[in-house]
Amino acid sequence: MASKTLYSQRDPALKKRDDFEDILEERRNFSDLRYALRCYTPVLYKGMTPCKPSMLKTIVLQSEQLHYVVNQVSKETGEATDIIQEEAVVILEEMAQRLQLSTIRFFAFTLSKAFKALFQSIRVNEEGIQRLQQAIQEHPVVLLPSHRSYLDFLLMSYILYTYDLALPVIAAGMDFLGMKFVGEMLRMSGAFFIRRSFGGDKLYWAVFSEYVKTMLRNGYAPIEFFLEGTRSRTCKSLTPKLGLLNIVMDPFFKGEVFDVNVVPISISYERVLEEALYARELLGVPKPKESTSGLLKARRILSEDYGSIHVYFGQPVSVRSLAQGRINRSQYNLVPRHIPAKPSEDALDFVSDTAYRLVRKQEENMVLRPWVLIAAILMQNLDGMDSALLTEQTAWLRGLARAFGAFLDWPDNEPAAKAVSSSLALHRDLVRTEGGRVLLTEQPPESSSPEEALFNRAVAALSCASYRNQILHVFLRPALAAVAMDAAATSRKDDVYGSFALLRDVFSNEFILCPGAASRTGVVTLARRERDTRDFEEACYLLMKCGAVQILKQDIVVTERGRPVLSFLSGMLEPFLQGYQVVCRYFREEANEGLTEKQYVPAVRSFAVKRILSDGLKCYEALSSDLQKNALAALLRMNALKKVKVVDLVTLKVNKTAVKTLEDALGCKVPVQKPVLARL
Amino acid sequence: MASSGSSSERQQIAQKRLRIIAGHLQKDEDRETTRIFANDCKAKVTDTNRITANTVPRRRQEIMKWNGWGYSDSRFLFNKKGQAEFTGRRYRLSGVIMPYLKDWFEGTFGANVLHRTPATAAVNTSAVQPPSVNEAFVQELNAAGILLSLDPEDRVFRCHGHCLHEIFALREGKIGRVPDMVVWPNCHDDVMKIVELACQHNVCLMPYGGGTSVSSALECPPEETRSIVSLDTSQMNRILWIDEKNLTAHIEAGIIGQDLERTLNESGYCTGHEPDSMEFSSLGGWVATRASGMKKNIYGNIEDLVVRVRMVTPRGVIEKSCQGPRTSTGPDIHHFILGSEGTLGVVTEVTMKIRPLPEYQKYGSVVFLNFEQGVACLREVAKHRCAPASIRLMDNAQFQFGLALKPQVSSIFTSLLDGLKKFYITKFKGFDPQCLCVATLLFEGPRNSVLQHEKQVYDIAAKFGGLAAGEDNGQRGYMLTFVIAYLRDLGMDHSVIGESFETSVPWDRVLDLCRNVKERIVTECRERGVQYSPLTSCRVTQTYDAGACVYFYFAFNYRGLSDPVHIYDQVEHAAREEILANGGSLSHHHGVGKLRKQWLKESISNVGIGMLKSVKEYVDPKNIFGNRNLL
Repeated sequence: MASKTLYSQRDPALKKRDDFEDILEERRNFSDLRYALRCYTPVLYKGMTPCKPSMLKTIVLQSEQLHYVVNQVSKETGEATDIIQEEAVVILEEMAQRLQLSTIRFFAFTLSKAFKALFQSIRVNEEGIQRLQQAIQEHPVVLLPSHRSYLDFLLMSYILYTYDLALPVIAAGMDFLGMKFVGEMLRMSGAFFIRRSFGGDKLYWAVFSEYVKTMLRNGYAPIEFFLEGTRSRTCKSLTPKLGLLNIVMDPFFKGEVFDVNVVPISISYERVLEEALYARELLGVPKPKESTSGLLKARRILSEDYGSIHVYFGQPVSVRSLAQGRINRSQYNLVPRHIPAKPSEDALDFVSDTAYRLVRKQEENMVLRPWVLIAAILMQNLDGMDSALLTEQTAWLRGLARAFGAFLDWPDNEPAAKAVSSSLALHRDLVRTEGGRVLLTEQPPESSSPEEALFNRAVAALSCASYRNQILHVFLRPALAAVAMDAAATSRKDDVYGSFALLRDVFSNEFILCPGAASRTGVVTLARRERDTRDFEEACYLLMKCGAVQILKQDIVVTERGRPVLSFLSGMLEPFLQGYQVVCRYFREEANEGLTEKQYVPAVRSFAVKRILSDGLKCYEALSSDLQKNALAALLRMNALKKVKVVDLVTLKVNKTAVKTLEDALGCKVPVQKPVLARL
Repeated sequence: MASSGSSSERQQIAQKRLRIIAGHLQKDEDRETTRIFANDCKAKVTDTNRITANTVPRRRQEIMKWNGWGYSDSRFLFNKKGQAEFTGRRYRLSGVIMPYLKDWFEGTFGANVLHRTPATAAVNTSAVQPPSVNEAFVQELNAAGILLSLDPEDRVFRCHGHCLHEIFALREGKIGRVPDMVVWPNCHDDVMKIVELACQHNVCLMPYGGGTSVSSALECPPEETRSIVSLDTSQMNRILWIDEKNLTAHIEAGIIGQDLERTLNESGYCTGHEPDSMEFSSLGGWVATRASGMKKNIYGNIEDLVVRVRMVTPRGVIEKSCQGPRTSTGPDIHHFILGSEGTLGVVTEVTMKIRPLPEYQKYGSVVFLNFEQGVACLREVAKHRCAPASIRLMDNAQFQFGLALKPQVSSIFTSLLDGLKKFYITKFKGFDPQCLCVATLLFEGPRNSVLQHEKQVYDIAAKFGGLAAGEDNGQRGYMLTFVIAYLRDLGMDHSVIGESFETSVPWDRVLDLCRNVKERIVTECRERGVQYSPLTSCRVTQTYDAGACVYFYFAFNYRGLSDPVHIYDQVEHAAREEILANGGSLSHHHGVGKLRKQWLKESISNVGIGMLKSVKEYVDPKNIFGNRNLL
């Protein structure tokens, strides 16, 4: 059932995507109570050994794996084994889920009410549901939804309940447990809680990984977690976290299960519930601590219209077929399987490549509404634009997006003008039309200090950016190529690729780009070389397909009709290029010795505020802590910064020349160095 | 429970079993049995009449199938009423009607017994390529008085083992490269002469023992341009001496298992080495492939049984100069010989351990709720090192298959009794007939210790929910191993092909390996367009301290497939990869041959291969023993 090729050069014109069905429609016509109490008999995994949540705990606590680590920790700390074992019991108590059908029924009832109030529709691709149903019976299943909202996992369970599918157990962050009843309610609806960081804690890791693996091996329930690790505040996909993916693949590597099916799921919100919160959070207003009273206050949102949600269940992917020829499973045969071992180089490489492919699948199947096209255009016209021009450009961009394979949900036969006006109406919090011009709505300033005003503009801009970000993945690779073509000294393919490769390296924390390409050391395998050029090849293919460039033997030539396309595409990345330059400039000009990571974000933010106010930059994204953190990671990765540990304090040491080189390269002032790779 | 009855009854059963094995070939009343000879080889050559009277005649095709398993007169068929029966008079199952087999067969494979895919009846001798004969070699052989044959039937008989693809091709009348000549040495000196002449005239020698190989070891390498001579050891079949003080016997390597056991039994001894192929496989073959016998828990595998070996190589004879029970004299040279698969020379004589015949033998069986419980029990038995002579665990599919082979019930009483037993196990004890699995047991030794041993094993079984299920079931289980090879021919008569393969694996991976390999087979078959889900079944056939030997059966209905053998080979290949990925070995006792040699390097490392190569290079630089197995 599961597909072998996760990613293929797509041809959007031919690609037939599944139809969606609105699951709220039935809810609006029939009793919610009856729905919540209906007979629920999901199909189960064929090899499942039925057991209760309490039994799971016993299995974990008695496992050889855990015993081994308990003994190990006991030897290291000198603590008695039964005390360590007791610690393990406590960890597991705190972690374990207690999935109960009654709680699910409770949620089925209340969520039905809430969803109907909040959303116009919740659309699900039924073919995906059917594929999932098949997959669940065959092998243990791992569900990997995208993560944009707190709602995601309740929504997932709600949908699975609706379709009579096995309810998942869900890896959730420990912060939920802070909320009094809610934490326990979530636990009873299948959530298990993990600490955000437990780097060195062997015992915690052992309990956690054994708990997940036990549920997987027994086929207890589909396991659900978020590859991105946390909600994306920017609506861009986050670079995947590999820990849990490693854990769920391990039983396959070690032969404990025949196969594991992973299912990428894309949840697209027309309006994210947390929209306004996110922008403030990115600008440094700390995120409110999860609390029950906070949730109750959030009730006012019930009166708003949040449009529709699209949930796309992707093709289940067989880990076995993915690993075919890439993982030599006999390497696991020579050490007892209960002894924890560091994953081998090829396993790490495989997991990170798979994670990347899965996130791209999530991106690809995100349903995009007309509004994101509008947002993308508005972001290049922050001073507002004529509404007729906006409509015209939206129609143009729709064509380009389709050519690049975007999964657009454009209402049937609806003219662009109508789509634009209804989008503007839905997002009236963000945009307004004044005298034929469309403008971003700013909160009325409470006081009139320039900083305050800037802050207000930034909130609006970042909110709007979060919608542009939803479609960024469609244009990303061609856009990087467009920037690279500007920056490259000549139009020779090699030169363009050189610039492209540099940009890809710089932005590999910012966007989902093929991992492990140039920055890794080690043997350059054929697979890795192929991966090196994968993004570039795709960019060239798309640009050529839409007629923006011609690819000659050695050169890439821009066509006449390609110019507006390329200039729009580079414009799309402009805020990121500028944002990174601001960060570079900060390190060159202002960062002093002894700067810690903690001080970095506020410091760079106030630097950016100054720059914007004094230089008249329109780059609000430089204020986003997300971009700032990604830029920091990039600079560290590229050795322009170094972490230095002095006693207990980790500080950042700046290599100013390297930072300057990078800054110039991003500003297209200096042609980048010759490409390392010639095999294109 | 299972253990009741007088000792004389027990002994009768024990004797009966020996008679079964011994009586597999009671063809002529006045047939001369193999005897023990102390005379030398020259004396034997003069008496040519007697040689032809052995169990295995020089012209094997006189009593054995040329394109199937075993004796020509013994085979399964569906009679006019659609009931299965087994022909001939050699086996306990001979002449028995098995009314349930048809339904099982049709239900399992989606086959129809009316749909027949018969084999070619006789060798089409014109399809056999004419022999490429090295004249000088032949002349000198004749001069030395060594028997040889260029007859196409003789040559075809020795061009194959019993791999599926080999038998399938023969049934279709397809004959590939065959040996150009067959020679029958009578003794060690004859072999010396043959090897010497082969070196002198540069001909390729391929030793041939019982012909039961399942590793493509007997296939003639198509790239071989020299004359290929099949060296059939079947006429070197005497027990040269028995040493009762040291409990050893010196035996010519061509003797086949049943003759060896029968002859030793007449003197009150046995070797206890009983591989499932013992009716036809030879002592030399056991040594050359590292064979394993079902009673290895008492007697040991072949490497434990061998005290001294003589092997004729192009460099000369390799042998040890003493019969000390253990030596520390560098790496054991026997281990170059054991498992050499005919690539270094011909094993001619073996000194082997023997044991007095056991006083008492008793079968037994235990049913378990499921395979997992059964494996756990076997592991526990191995941990206590109290495994009986043989202990085997079959999975549910094999249990069902065993039921399908039950003979027609002779009286209402037995059927009633069977019904009651079934009721007790399934309803009263809650065993699910679709899950339960059975372990078969064989105990040997002095009566008292057998009974004690039996109790110990049943006590352990009880800890894992095992229920004793009677001697009869146990005995039937072992009997089936002798006839199961005949069943493949029946399947092939009705468009079902299949085969067995084996591995050895550490205890903690047994279950995972069994499950994954079965699932891999099913998946691969589906992907390759096999319409009806294949039969996959496994059993744990041997237990060791650190692991177990697992035996798989795999068969499917090939109707609608254009190249079933190719698909079969691909699936088996995938299954072997799965075995290796799950911690299984390349082979426990079948050997590598040519079928599995592609994996040998990863199994024993590059240096390991290099060591073997350098031995081959030294011993046989001209590649006289050119069957190209292993390396």
